[in-house]
Amino acid sequence: MPPIPMGEPARPRREPILSVRNLETHFLLDEGVVRAVDGTSFDLFSKQTLGIVGESGCGKSVTARSILGIVESPGKVVGGEVMLRRDGAREMIDLAKLDPKGDRYRAIRGAEIALVFQEPMSSFSAYHTVGNQIIEAIRLHQPLTKKQARNKAIDLLHMVGVPKPDRRIDEYSFELSGGLRQRVMVAMALSSDPRILIADEPTTALDVTTQAQVLDLLRQLQDERDLAIILITHDMGVIAEMADDVVVMYLGKEVENGPVDDIFHNPKHPYTRSLLNSIPSILARPRSKLSTIEGSIPHPYARPPGCPFHPRCTVAIPGLCDSQTPRFLPMGDRQGVSCFLHHGPSGQSMPSGKDTGARHDAV
Amino acid sequence: MLAYIFRRLIFAAATTVAISVIAFVIIQLPPGDFVDAYIASISATGGQVSLAEAEGLRIQFGLDRPMYLQYFAWITGVVQGDFGFSVEWRRPVSEVIGDRLWMTVIISVFAILLSWGLALPIGIYSAVRQYSIGDYVFTFVGFFGLAVPNFLLALIILYFSFVLFGANVGGLFSAEYQLEPWSWGKVWDLAKHLPLPGLILAIGGTAQLIRIMRANLLDELRKPYVVTARAKGMRESRVILKYPVRAALNPFASTIGYLFPFVVSGSIIISLVLSLPTVGPLLLRSLVAQDMQLAGTIVLMLGVLTVIGTFISDLVLMWVDPRLRAGLDG
Amino acid sequence: MSEQAATLPLGTTSKAASSAEERIAVATQLQLTWWRFKKHKLAYASGIVVILFYLIAIFADFLAYSDPQSTAAARSFIAPQGIQWFDEGEFRPHVFAITGKRDAKTFKIIYAPDPTQKIDVKLFARGYSYRLFGLFKTDIHLIGVDDGKVEDRIFLLGTDLLGRDLWSRLMVATRISLSVGLAGVTISLFLGVLLGGISGYYGGAIDILIQRLIEILRSIPTIPLWMGLAAALPRQWSVVQVYIAITVIISLIGWTELARVVRGRFLALREEDFVVAAELSGASQLRIIIRHMVPSFLSHIIAAVSLALPAMIISETTLSFLGLGLRPPAISWGVLLQDAQNLQALSIAPWLLFSAIPVIIVILAFNFLGDGLRDAADPYG
Repeated sequence: MPPIPMGEPARPRREPILSVRNLETHFLLDEGVVRAVDGTSFDLFSKQTLGIVGESGCGKSVTARSILGIVESPGKVVGGEVMLRRDGAREMIDLAKLDPKGDRYRAIRGAEIALVFQEPMSSFSAYHTVGNQIIEAIRLHQPLTKKQARNKAIDLLHMVGVPKPDRRIDEYSFELSGGLRQRVMVAMALSSDPRILIADEPTTALDVTTQAQVLDLLRQLQDERDLAIILITHDMGVIAEMADDVVVMYLGKEVENGPVDDIFHNPKHPYTRSLLNSIPSILARPRSKLSTIEGSIPHPYARPPGCPFHPRCTVAIPGLCDSQTPRFLPMGDRQGVSCFLHHGPSGQSMPSGKDTGARHDAV
Repeated sequence: MLAYIFRRLIFAAATTVAISVIAFVIIQLPPGDFVDAYIASISATGGQVSLAEAEGLRIQFGLDRPMYLQYFAWITGVVQGDFGFSVEWRRPVSEVIGDRLWMTVIISVFAILLSWGLALPIGIYSAVRQYSIGDYVFTFVGFFGLAVPNFLLALIILYFSFVLFGANVGGLFSAEYQLEPWSWGKVWDLAKHLPLPGLILAIGGTAQLIRIMRANLLDELRKPYVVTARAKGMRESRVILKYPVRAALNPFASTIGYLFPFVVSGSIIISLVLSLPTVGPLLLRSLVAQDMQLAGTIVLMLGVLTVIGTFISDLVLMWVDPRLRAGLDG
Repeated sequence: MSEQAATLPLGTTSKAASSAEERIAVATQLQLTWWRFKKHKLAYASGIVVILFYLIAIFADFLAYSDPQSTAAARSFIAPQGIQWFDEGEFRPHVFAITGKRDAKTFKIIYAPDPTQKIDVKLFARGYSYRLFGLFKTDIHLIGVDDGKVEDRIFLLGTDLLGRDLWSRLMVATRISLSVGLAGVTISLFLGVLLGGISGYYGGAIDILIQRLIEILRSIPTIPLWMGLAAALPRQWSVVQVYIAITVIISLIGWTELARVVRGRFLALREEDFVVAAELSGASQLRIIIRHMVPSFLSHIIAAVSLALPAMIISETTLSFLGLGLRPPAISWGVLLQDAQNLQALSIAPWLLFSAIPVIIVILAFNFLGDGLRDAADPYG
């Protein structure tokens, strides 16, 4: 599978700071091998927000952890490349080749790539003050004294909009509200000035108002600090609001990618279309039923043969989709999709991505 | 935080009262009263007590009064340090018990510290290296320690150390220190004799604690804050020791409350097998001889000891749990 | 989609899977627990061991060959004697006769097997008479001898000081020790379900009261308490009276854990939709408890009981070992172990420690069984 060049034509000559190629992360269990991530590729540029979207269990979070080298046993990165351009360096280094427990990887983790994730309650230890946890993150990568680190932590808390940071720093996470906790989490992630921030479902556990505030904060910080953000979510609404480019994943495979406008207005893969149909719309007829994706994600050990999505796909081609795996092919110069509906007779991509016989529902 | 200490104090007081009532009931349970037992012990050695004298003694000890008054008389004496009179030994109870209570405390506390010292690292190892050979070995040994009653373990060790090494592992002192007053030499002698009975006593509790530690740590290791810590770039060993182990310590600490009565109970019975100079053999002997003031006092003291131990463990728990300190429940 | 799925080779297996799913969907909580339990190999094997032990308890007199109470100074402390299975290449189970000679210096009797005197071991031989299941009078035992008294012939596990056969005593002891456990658990279960149920179902002040009572009971060291209570039993009481009293004493503490489990389940279930639905449709409280709540935590109770049983058995064994529990002529594991209490006895007759083996096996088996049942009853708990 050739690497798919991505990114908008407006900045074609820019070099990616993170380039993931054919990443494969498998979980070796007694019952068999679970291919949690099975050949994912994408590029990330600075100041860009890349959305990774899919239902739960599609390998989004494992992708994030694979990049950071913190996949838990029995999971293991077994193939592919995670090329990172370190600050100011010309050459890229392949993180997948580093020892995940080694010092070189540790120096990158938290310092150049940071993580913010799901539940802000359980993402903090309840036995240490939030200040303790932030100061620790600061001192891991910067030669500061405790006092200096504490001052920096207070500045960080101030920056992410925590009121009375000099008091909050000595509180425990369970004493903070959900929104504050997520802000503190962001502050901790940014404590060593990373260039890449991976936000794994950063707003899922929050109420709608707080969600909007946290997303605003992320956007503001991105502008101020030239951050590249990988935003992992199952929420197409968040993607629409935040992302520049989108990767759609299903069962560990990348099924479609492209700029956010193209994904939303001209989705190629039936799975992408299903995801878009399941967004509630204020334009929908009152009392009409919200569309859902039929069936559920197959059990990880029982991955269907052929295209992994075919058992749930409304337009699957019997005899083809259930026996052969579609290749990931570029569609035009910006999009890519892995679906037989878009394979030409010769196996090449068809020239146009327009509704290839598929039922198309307006978004 | 003060409210928590206050609640625990009230509970400790209530438990102490309950135990004192139980101890009093045990004293009263056997047929006949203290004077009957006293007369029996005197006539056993050829003395005689007339009926009038017996009545006089009953009035003197207040045995003609209603039960609850007798309880208050008894408990007032106990609070003032008067634990009554041992019929069998013809000496005040406090003299008979003497050092033995402290021996019970020493061996119990030693066993609990040992349980902790063993269970903590083994529990961490078993959880972090789940399903490794070491984990299986410890799980198996743990099950064994849990299943074999400690007096059986003491018997088996007693027998095999005799057959294999020709040594009698019983006792807490060598013959030359047995009756000596306390000295550094005697303390050192005690320290040399303590490990084996301590270990036997500790095994049951250790097995329980290992299971608790392992299960809790396995739970904690899956929590998101561990991923957060890893994502900061911390060293793995530091991640585990600082966060999940810290969190797993909590349920671990809360088990001391139950560990303490368990160990005190165990010390009674293994003291019999290993002839340790604790209150255990004394309790059995006093019960068999129906020397009830002595027996009741020992039951009371063991109970109060447990209450104190439990209260201390509550304080430890509060010290390790910021949520309790912050005044939240749970 | 369904038509397309049917054309797959996968179709047949998915059909089988769906019928299995259907089976699971209609199974009761107890059936589900049983299916999960069967997968748990160690617990399953332990369950079989436990059943075997209860069979021993039922057929104790049949499996014994010597009268467990028959004493004789002439066979004091005879060492265990092996069965010889073959005689000159022929299958013929027999034992060598044991002859005793008094040592001229120490005046102790020295026993030695005499290989010239072979005594055939017969199956279904006659011995002391007993009542099978307490009903049918018989004197048939699994093994025995034709010539002479079996009490003087076979000593599979040796004899004690009074010349009583240890194997036969162990068989009979199994019955008493296991039945004390069962009886104790029954009483504990009654108290535990009653108080735990009240506590969990009604909540409020009565819950707090019962919880404090449990807490206090659990913070008292049990052994001194038991010892004090057991020592107060009148000396002149019969074996049966003592047996009942000891059972009651050990279950006075044992109910607390069961009550805790029952209360926990009650609290969890009270909030469940099906209980609320039953309440709203006007079912009586008793009906809700018996028809709706009990079946859904029956498996938890079974698991808790199988974990409480070994504790009961240990309690009885401990008390009898101390001489404060069951007293001779009653025979229990604890009574047998009492003979092995000190180093002198053990150095003369180490085989007395055999009595420890069934205790350890049964307690281990019950623990594995209980653990397996608990996992099966509550895979997420």
